[in-house]
Amino acid sequence: MNKPTTFPRNDGSRVPYKVFSSQKIYDLEQERIYRGPTWNFLGLDAEIPNPGDFKSTFIGDTPVVMTRSEDGGLAAWVNRCAHRGAMVCRLARGNAKSHDCVYHQWSYDTRGNLLGVPFRRGQKGAAGMPADFKPAEHSLRQLRVDSYRGLVFATFSDTVADLPDYIGPVMRPFVDRVFNRPIEYLGCTRQFSNSNWKLYLENVKDPYHASLLHLFHTTFNIFRVGMKAHCTTDGQDGLHSIILAIKEQANTEDAYKEQNIRSFDEGFRLEDDSILALVPEFEVIATNHIQPIFPQLVIQQIHNTLVARQLLPKGPNNFELIFHFFGYVDDSAEMRALRIKQANLVGPAGYISMEDTEATELVQHGTVRDGDAYSVIEMAKSAPEQEDTLITEKLIRSFWMGYQKLMGFETEVA
Amino acid sequence: MNTPESQLRYELQMLLDDYAATIDEDRLEEWPDLFLEDCLYEIIPKENESAGLPIGIIRCDNRRMMRDRVISLRNANIYAPAIYRHFLSALRIHSVEGDTVDFSCNYLVINSNQMGQSLVYQTGRYQDRVVRTPEGWRFVQKRAVYDTSRVQTLLAIPV
Repeated sequence: MNKPTTFPRNDGSRVPYKVFSSQKIYDLEQERIYRGPTWNFLGLDAEIPNPGDFKSTFIGDTPVVMTRSEDGGLAAWVNRCAHRGAMVCRLARGNAKSHDCVYHQWSYDTRGNLLGVPFRRGQKGAAGMPADFKPAEHSLRQLRVDSYRGLVFATFSDTVADLPDYIGPVMRPFVDRVFNRPIEYLGCTRQFSNSNWKLYLENVKDPYHASLLHLFHTTFNIFRVGMKAHCTTDGQDGLHSIILAIKEQANTEDAYKEQNIRSFDEGFRLEDDSILALVPEFEVIATNHIQPIFPQLVIQQIHNTLVARQLLPKGPNNFELIFHFFGYVDDSAEMRALRIKQANLVGPAGYISMEDTEATELVQHGTVRDGDAYSVIEMAKSAPEQEDTLITEKLIRSFWMGYQKLMGFETEVA
Repeated sequence: MNTPESQLRYELQMLLDDYAATIDEDRLEEWPDLFLEDCLYEIIPKENESAGLPIGIIRCDNRRMMRDRVISLRNANIYAPAIYRHFLSALRIHSVEGDTVDFSCNYLVINSNQMGQSLVYQTGRYQDRVVRTPEGWRFVQKRAVYDTSRVQTLLAIPV
């Protein structure tokens, strides 16, 4: 069989560029990742607080709907009528006791069970559905759903481990760090990029770029490449990871001067620096907490702004990011206002995030005709035990090893 | 014909044209000058606005933050050069109280990129409040409530 691709090395340090633009690989990802043994982030529990609330979203590129059922539980189903395949739910959000397909008015409950079929028993001599038609056998495709500390996930898989085990013992304390009490949903913003979804996952596993691409930090003297850090993978398949940039007082301007990095500039000060406040609210005071839970979630704390980012593939050459902002139910009015103000830091116009999609698009455009060429991901490869530096590409290598395994892509034999 | 109402409409139209030209002609340093020191400038998706949720993509609650935004765009942020053209329509004056006027109007921003494409970048409605000052009308509030909920690539330059 003609294999879609192989990897030149088995350590994640060489990635063939075709994984970013091949339709064949993209289709295989839908099957092996999104419909495979993964838990996919759908949204926040707090987005659908009341019975009947629903939100339309996706697992990979499959349209799904997450709902709050009458008994307060969570459900999710594929948004495809069991009759002739039409999308049943046509709204982004809402509240409904039942979901009716407009095409022939087949009707489903909040859990996706078929309630009724018009003219099932015929009318005035018309036969209707055959006598052996059993509505219970024609529900919407119902998914396994679970939530962890207010984050809602679903999976097509019957075999994947339970959600807490999937997140794993190394990653859970970091999720708990941010989701330590009830949250208030503050709204979402959406960003569409003409680049492959994995380029974004590389980006959120790449502390090396932070102070080099995002010059806001350094221009306004906020963030230093020498900052203390904690960067580690999940200790499982390497697909989840955490970057924690830990606040310290020491100034490392000299390190920048020495290396003549373009991002160093002493000249600028913000007129309103309240945007950079960092009100201590966690045991470890970090300016940045960036934690991808593969494949659809990135948990983010940057200063006091809190976001669950949902990453959705839109074909091999595009992805969409949905930033779900939140605070805590017990936030003071001042804290809530600060979180809203600091939303300026992230999202599509974020001071310290807007460049990410610019960079991923540059890679997409640069590699389109060079599928057999590969990236070089070597930073800190000789020191795998180092977890306290931002100058590392370890998390990216770990991700590609996990990806290669999940996709069944072999390593080239030398 | 030169009634107070038509005179006011004319002046607001002039202000909006000046506002659009300041951005479209890349005179961003002058953009905060069209506002009072205590002001609100924000760009917020309609889906949040309609749901009563506060999050937008840019929110400056004073003019210092607007100047910071411009300094950051000029010196820190990295984005592909782009040219905006604003198209404004359907001006509606909602209230006039002394020297304060509330009005709204549609906006459409077409973005032309380096490859020579011109794309609909964002459309929505401005919800504005202005006051008359000795220097002319100035914005106290400008809220761009946008319908194009998917922001293409990134938004660096204000709308």
